[in-house]
Amino acid sequence: MMSLIIVLGVVLVLGILFLIFRISTLVGIARGKKEEYVSPSNGVHAVLFIVFLVLSLALFFWYSFTRFDLYTLPIASEHGKKTDGLFWITMAITVIAFVIISIIMFVFIYQYRYNPARRAKFFPDNHYLELTWTIIPAIVLALLIFTGLRTWNEITAPASKDAEVIELIAQQFAWTARYPGVKDQSLGKVNYKLIDAVNEFGLDLSDKNSFDDFKSLELHLPVGQEILLKIRAKDVIHSVFLPHFRVKMDAVPGMPTQFKFVATKTTEQMRDELGNPNFNYELACTEICGRGHFSMKMSVVVEEQEDYERWKASQEAWLKQNPDYLNKVPAELKEAAMIKAGMQADPGAGVAVVKE
Amino acid sequence: MATTDIHIHQDVHHHGDGHDHDHDHEHHGGNFWTTYIFSEDHKIIGKQFLITGIFWALLGGSLSVIFRLQLGFPDMNLEWLKPILGGWITPEGKLDPEFYLALVTMHGTIMVFFVLTAGLSGTFSNFLIPLQIGARDMASGFMNMLSYWFFFASSVLMFISLFLETGPAAGGWTVYPPLSALPQAIKGSGLGMTLWLVAMALFIVSSLLGSINYISTVINMRTRGMSFTRLPLTIWAFFFTAIIGILSFPVLFAAALLLIFDRSFGTSFYLSDIYIGGEALAHDGGSPVLFQHLFWFLGHPEVYIVLLPALGISSEIIATNSRKPIFGYKAMIGSMLFIAILSFIVWAHHMFVTGMNPFLGSIFMLLTLIIAVPSAVKIFNYVTTLWKGNIVFTPGMLFSIGLVSFFLTGGITGIFLGNSAIDIQLHDTYFVVAHFHLVMGSASFFGMLAGIYHWFPKMFGRMMNERLGQIHFWITFIGVYMVFFPMHYIGIAGFPRRYYSWTNFETFSGFADLNMLVSLAAILTLAAQFIFLFNFFYSIWRGRLAPANPWNANTLEWTTPRNPGHGNWPGEIPAVYRWPYDYSKPGAKDDFIPQTIPFSETPESNLPHETELIKLESTSGDDIIIQGGKLEGNH
Repeated sequence: MMSLIIVLGVVLVLGILFLIFRISTLVGIARGKKEEYVSPSNGVHAVLFIVFLVLSLALFFWYSFTRFDLYTLPIASEHGKKTDGLFWITMAITVIAFVIISIIMFVFIYQYRYNPARRAKFFPDNHYLELTWTIIPAIVLALLIFTGLRTWNEITAPASKDAEVIELIAQQFAWTARYPGVKDQSLGKVNYKLIDAVNEFGLDLSDKNSFDDFKSLELHLPVGQEILLKIRAKDVIHSVFLPHFRVKMDAVPGMPTQFKFVATKTTEQMRDELGNPNFNYELACTEICGRGHFSMKMSVVVEEQEDYERWKASQEAWLKQNPDYLNKVPAELKEAAMIKAGMQADPGAGVAVVKE
Repeated sequence: MATTDIHIHQDVHHHGDGHDHDHDHEHHGGNFWTTYIFSEDHKIIGKQFLITGIFWALLGGSLSVIFRLQLGFPDMNLEWLKPILGGWITPEGKLDPEFYLALVTMHGTIMVFFVLTAGLSGTFSNFLIPLQIGARDMASGFMNMLSYWFFFASSVLMFISLFLETGPAAGGWTVYPPLSALPQAIKGSGLGMTLWLVAMALFIVSSLLGSINYISTVINMRTRGMSFTRLPLTIWAFFFTAIIGILSFPVLFAAALLLIFDRSFGTSFYLSDIYIGGEALAHDGGSPVLFQHLFWFLGHPEVYIVLLPALGISSEIIATNSRKPIFGYKAMIGSMLFIAILSFIVWAHHMFVTGMNPFLGSIFMLLTLIIAVPSAVKIFNYVTTLWKGNIVFTPGMLFSIGLVSFFLTGGITGIFLGNSAIDIQLHDTYFVVAHFHLVMGSASFFGMLAGIYHWFPKMFGRMMNERLGQIHFWITFIGVYMVFFPMHYIGIAGFPRRYYSWTNFETFSGFADLNMLVSLAAILTLAAQFIFLFNFFYSIWRGRLAPANPWNANTLEWTTPRNPGHGNWPGEIPAVYRWPYDYSKPGAKDDFIPQTIPFSETPESNLPHETELIKLESTSGDDIIIQGGKLEGNH
């Protein structure tokens, strides 16, 4: 019943609007109003453009300045300071250009609105003007290109050898991290054909580096140390996005990718800085990956290096958590595996450390 | 040169006439099917593209309003959409997250291809090329007809895919595999994706048939005197667009074909190392990034396929309604040419963070930012055209001004995104959404509307209501800014695109207010389009009769009768003596001199080098054609 009334109401309003339109047209014809080439209300639009210009620029600057903290994310990485610096330099240049061109354009539109007493200026060409506004943007852009290139090359340069390597694995619709164990500090081999319900990494247990690898559903990062994220995907393309660290890199099935960065603020420091005790860094997916794309989140914890090392040491190796997989380990490595995974005390602990 | 031109020209016309006689008889016999449905007349075909494009635009716009409801009002009960969307509304009255992705995907596909490629290029290239260069019809009317009907078939398939139980394609309009290749990954990659691929294949056939026709018509069928330097900028834009289309669409076809193979025949072009649905797939050695390269090799030129016709249309309309020559005619052509060339070597700026070699990223960043130079030249030239003009705010002019404004606002953010270092943070956020919706979506859409308002009198012989057109402009102009400008802030804050909701993330928990504003503005903007629809259809039958040259324009189409019949000009095709932008020439009686008026008739306004050309006018052809020109001039 309600919807019927709404429909009737809409029909009535539309009918009235149509009648107004029709009557105004007919009145125009009855008055013998000859439609002129330029309608008398032409100047109204010129004024409206000026009103639009003033109001929209005012709104733009007011919102941009008063809500600055709302739309800018704090920076928590070294390269993030550089990319944000570039961002704001570009912003300054483009906003200046944008405001000047907008004002000139809308003022021209107002100033040169139709006037039957005047004739437009025949001005088809001017090479100096053309050259000016080819060369000036070219120079400005060249500056932006060179600063951008330098930053880009720094960010994408190879990571140093002692960078902390962490693997991120994306799948519909969750992130998993794999850390090299504290014993060998290197990630074991993986093969997607070995993946099953339990062995979600596809760990190749014939590789001795895999024995002490451990899994985490939370991404722990050390502060002030270079981190190399090794990124892969199991099913479709995903994308690692760490907004506060200005990190983004796709996770592509069949093509491992990576991103190196240095975190500059621990979670605690950021909490103090923002005055928000509940603050947490987050990792989001930014490549459409299916139904749960919007919920593909991982919590990120940045801690002091000692805390990070302590946390790492306290984690159980994947193999220890899934002892059934010991039978996938070649017989001759089984003992080493059990020792490395922490399932058996190391009889010659001292010796092993020296060897490593 | 002139003599050979004439000979070729006459030959073509003899052929044309011979063929056309049969058709003419049929037409005059009033056969509905050959006149309005399977027509080979470029004007009817243009209108067919236009009407189909309008249908798609309404549908694409409505889809966006549905997903904006979800984003702007996440707590809203959408039960009332159940009669339309059925099972896609969950029992709790929410939009299904997978259908949300389908909506986003179909909105993109429809708007980019079916509205702004077919609806814009298809309409105006078809309608204007023969009329503005002085030709009876397209080089091949039959191919032209095929072009529309392939598009129609493609439209039907795409439309059907909306009603499938598993839904239409839902992997984003860029359909990146493996998501688009694996029905296990998302339901839309089942039959919906198959239909998407087949529809796009047909669409590409349609686009190629059209483009070949446009190019051969522009090269071969210009009337006497219509040299390339006398072509209106609209024609130059359509010409470049068609060339870009011919060179890039086949690559999309290849990409789609390989995807079809991967989906249906077990090949591994794009697939490798995949574990999904509890099993490891046998696909090995493929590269998902390969698809992205192929897709964007079309995808980026496609941006200019969409935008260049709009820029051409606005150049013509701004010059006409400023009563001034377009400033820097040759610079405008040069920048379009430069943009067209560059458009092929910037594609990988869509892929800075896909894991592509960073060195490639540097090269593509360099090339991408260069493209800002010709774009800037175009904006400065538009502004200079307005300077000391005598501006008439027809609806077409208003929408063209809107286009320049969007092109500026949206273009400037391209400088951020083209910079690979800055793009790391902004990639796939709402900043990108704001950027391309303004610079390519809204600017091109405004170009299309400007074109409709400006050439409606030629299309239907009647005028659209000016007042309604102006109201339509102001609501849409402000509405579009309210939709897309706030998205810059949301994007700088890092909000990822294609998210059904942001509530899972603390980082993205703000901006409920801006998102609501965006959604309200989207609804308002869509509603305003009904003013246009009413105006459009009402005016087709009941609009005021159009005068022969309602905007006092110079170009050739306004020398045809009010309702040009088959063949466009009842008698001889008029010859052309000057460029199309002789507006407000010092000394001239009126503030415009149509292209058909020889310099010999305007001694009072000729520039020195034009006085020289008078000699050529009298020696370059036989007397009859000159007389024809004079007759046209006296009209």
